[in-house]
Amino acid sequence: MSLRRFLARLWSVRRREKAQRELDEEIRLHLDLEEADQRESGMSPGEARDASRRTFGNVTLAREASREAWVFRKVEELGQDLRYAARLLRLNPGFALAAILSLSLGIGANTAIFQLLDAVRLRSLPVKNPQELAHIFIPDQKGSGSYVTRYPELTNAIWQAIRENQQGFSAVFAWGPTTFNLALGGEARYAQALWVSGEFFDVLGVEPIAGRVFTSSDDHAGCGASGVVISHSFWQREFGGTLDALGKTITLEGHPFAVIGITPAGFYGVEMGRTFDVAVPLCAEQVLRGEYSQYDNPQGWWLTAMGRLKPGWTVTRASAQLRAVSAVVFKEALPAAYKTEEAKSFLSNRLEAIPASRGISELRKNYESPLWLLLGLAGMVLLIACANLANLLLARASAREKEFGVRLAVGATRGRLVKQLLVECLLLSGVGAACGIFLARELGQFLVSFLSTQQDPAFVDLGGNWHLLAFTTVLAVLTCILFGLAPALRATSVSPGVVLKANGRGMTPDRQRFGLRRALVVSQVALSLVLLVGALLFARSLRNLLVLDPGFRDTGILITNVDFTRLNIPVERRVEFTRNLMDHLRAIPGLESVSDAEIIPISGNAENRGVLVGGQTDTALGLSLVNRVGPGFFRMMGTPLLEGREFDDHDASGAVLVAIVNQAFAEKFFGGADPVSKTFRLGAGKGKPQPLYQITGMVANTKYVDLREQFQPIAYLPLAQRETPDLGDQIMIRSGGPLVGLVSEVKSAVNEVNPIIQIDFQVFHTVIQDSLLRERLMATLSGFFGALAAILAIVGLYGVVSYMVARRRNEIGIRMALGAMPGDILRLVLREGMWLTIVGIAIGLFCAGGLTRLIAKFLFGVTPLDEVTFGGATLLLLGVAALACYFPARRAMRVETPAALRYE
Amino acid sequence: MIRTAQTPERLELFQGTLDLLILRTLRWGPMHGHGIAKFIEQSSRETFRIDHGSLYPALQRLQQEGWIVSEWGTSSNNRRAKFYKITAAGRKQLTAEQSRWARFTAAIGHILQPSKPAREEQ
Repeated sequence: MSLRRFLARLWSVRRREKAQRELDEEIRLHLDLEEADQRESGMSPGEARDASRRTFGNVTLAREASREAWVFRKVEELGQDLRYAARLLRLNPGFALAAILSLSLGIGANTAIFQLLDAVRLRSLPVKNPQELAHIFIPDQKGSGSYVTRYPELTNAIWQAIRENQQGFSAVFAWGPTTFNLALGGEARYAQALWVSGEFFDVLGVEPIAGRVFTSSDDHAGCGASGVVISHSFWQREFGGTLDALGKTITLEGHPFAVIGITPAGFYGVEMGRTFDVAVPLCAEQVLRGEYSQYDNPQGWWLTAMGRLKPGWTVTRASAQLRAVSAVVFKEALPAAYKTEEAKSFLSNRLEAIPASRGISELRKNYESPLWLLLGLAGMVLLIACANLANLLLARASAREKEFGVRLAVGATRGRLVKQLLVECLLLSGVGAACGIFLARELGQFLVSFLSTQQDPAFVDLGGNWHLLAFTTVLAVLTCILFGLAPALRATSVSPGVVLKANGRGMTPDRQRFGLRRALVVSQVALSLVLLVGALLFARSLRNLLVLDPGFRDTGILITNVDFTRLNIPVERRVEFTRNLMDHLRAIPGLESVSDAEIIPISGNAENRGVLVGGQTDTALGLSLVNRVGPGFFRMMGTPLLEGREFDDHDASGAVLVAIVNQAFAEKFFGGADPVSKTFRLGAGKGKPQPLYQITGMVANTKYVDLREQFQPIAYLPLAQRETPDLGDQIMIRSGGPLVGLVSEVKSAVNEVNPIIQIDFQVFHTVIQDSLLRERLMATLSGFFGALAAILAIVGLYGVVSYMVARRRNEIGIRMALGAMPGDILRLVLREGMWLTIVGIAIGLFCAGGLTRLIAKFLFGVTPLDEVTFGGATLLLLGVAALACYFPARRAMRVETPAALRYE
Repeated sequence: MIRTAQTPERLELFQGTLDLLILRTLRWGPMHGHGIAKFIEQSSRETFRIDHGSLYPALQRLQQEGWIVSEWGTSSNNRRAKFYKITAAGRKQLTAEQSRWARFTAAIGHILQPSKPAREEQ
């Protein structure tokens, strides 16, 4: 069609009505004139009219063909189809509701998970040219010391050396995540914080919306408590978004910092899944961490680095350059305290760079695979829902045979009918997708809050972008094709003549169509079984983790972190101060026991040292985990004391150095003999003393870092005998009553001692639950999906068996008339239904057997091919399927013979 | 005059040639739909049989291409009728189509009835 015609059409669309009327008038005139002509040649008026119409031909066809000049037929047809489809849905509200509900659930679940995946995996950092950024790190990092942040990849010394020796980057920066207490006393209030080197904001291209951001000159050793840059959300929260926030002071760990700048909304740093409230220069670490500063500690690992590539440099090239200068870098940063062995392994470290357009992310590392897995599960649920819909549509298509027959007879092409049916499906999936998007919003937020814990709040910007819309649209179209195409093709393959003659009971190839429906149900059952197996495996993993004996009783313990840095207590008085504080706490009525520890179990912190037994000088025997605990610790924890005694107040500094070890320690280092009264030394850095410890007791094994670990050797040392007592403590209080009331009592007790002491509370049980977050996520969601899948499959089965019963009413009536018992009919129907189920289960078992190995790494305490789980899922599905078949079967039994026969 | 029975062998009109015939008809002067139909039938010596209705879609199409224009007027029996008129562009189109048609029929003619071979003329 020429452009001119196209434009003319476009123009005349507006005057459709008028054009239609004029054409009708024209045609009327034409018919009258022709009639007049015919009458002139001698016909009667009636004959003349008929002759005129015959000569004209099909008026409707002429009108419609002419209409094409001023409409876009395709668009009009689409409009017609949509209106028709909408009307059909209105007339079948039950079907429409069921269809839209299952579609929105399916599409919503998929979209929610995709949303999270997209944010965590696919989106780039909201900074300038993120594709030019690269992450500098040490793969296979070697070096002992203190690991104090989430990404303890570099020490300050290594960072400085990198900055001096790198060539591939126009600029590099280092940063580290941490938290600061904003409160001046009493209960702590934490802000998520970033240590940043001076170039951080410049390299990322972040412009402040007020004030200024750090420059290189802000970051130099000895800078003290200079300025802080705050984030947009922090600004809104703490200052109400007022412009006079600049210049105001906030206290970080008790030190005043002036607000010098505010970053734009939407900038959250370079860590996906987190956000920050405040940022301070690296050099401020000396002031903020005081005694615990890692700034000058060559064995303090707390930083991570990124850089912007120079123009023309690729990541590979920059990485190669970094590797080439690695020897220099690590020589410069080598800690003096390392002995030969350790120094050699430290010097073998190599630097590498990888693309970092999506930042770095612990959230991604821990949850990417589970999220992909969940997306797969959600996809399967959607497939099952589509199969259900396809079945429903097939059933309805049978009912609409006459309609199609008539339409085909009057001249519609099969393609036109298929198109209309597809539009009906598209409408369904379109509405389902729209609802799904709303659902996805809520589900997405729920998922993010599920993944957040008190210690590690997750922050994911789920803002919609085109990825989301594209995903949902593709999903909607795919589901439409999946559940709509086959039924549409089947439905329109009717022969009009046959259908119009029918006596009310479709004579069309029912067998064929029913075969397709049966295949659909079988596939639904198979998929459901796979999902159920998965769900059961995850549930069992979680249960295994929840019921395993960690070596202590974790319920009823309140953890109180106290920080008395600001009291400036001299070293020699700290132990006494702590003891005094503990006594105050013990005075609270209703407590069972109180103790303290340096490292709280299952908190993710750990310390290990080499162990020297019997006069050895190098730690060939191996490492042991180490913890420092107070008197009565094991009684408080509920860990059985197997030999010897617990620490008491006599085990103070100046007295003999003592230790308590666990069973694994005794086995590893003393061959399983009773370790009490034996001695050992702990390895230390070069030049540091290696004191001798005497073992005074042995306790049962406990988990240390993670519930999933094997029991490791642990050596416990008394807190009071520590070389340098801390400026804080982790106090664990076991109480018989509810912990909520305890919090206020502890606060007042601590306040009595000194109101400037900062307190932070955690419930021990919650800490442990949080460590099981991933398993809980998988178990919850897969369980939900499994249940949903089973329900959908059962509904599908019920539908098919009901249909089958209805179809075979006559046959059943005849059978009963010939003497069949109701029981026989029941068995007949059940057999058909269960046969479908069993085939489905068999296929499902086969698929599950192959697929479960994919989730092996997420399981705990169950193998991917666990027979009990497979058996359980099978029995469950068989049971529910039997129920689904039973009701239609019961209806079959009640078929009244005369009525059934009469139907024929 | 009583019409004779419809003469046999009235040929179906080739598709697309309807446009050509309409343009040619209108070359003679403005006409309304019925008039065009009658003209084509009569001038073709009753050889062409068309459904009068099929004129109207063609007329719309030709209008959109800009080869004819329409105008409301009065018909012979004092009724309002739409008269179609050929435009300058239409005339150009007609000339082009006519020559194409002539070449087309000549070619077919050559194939169906080849002219006497040169040899025989000796």
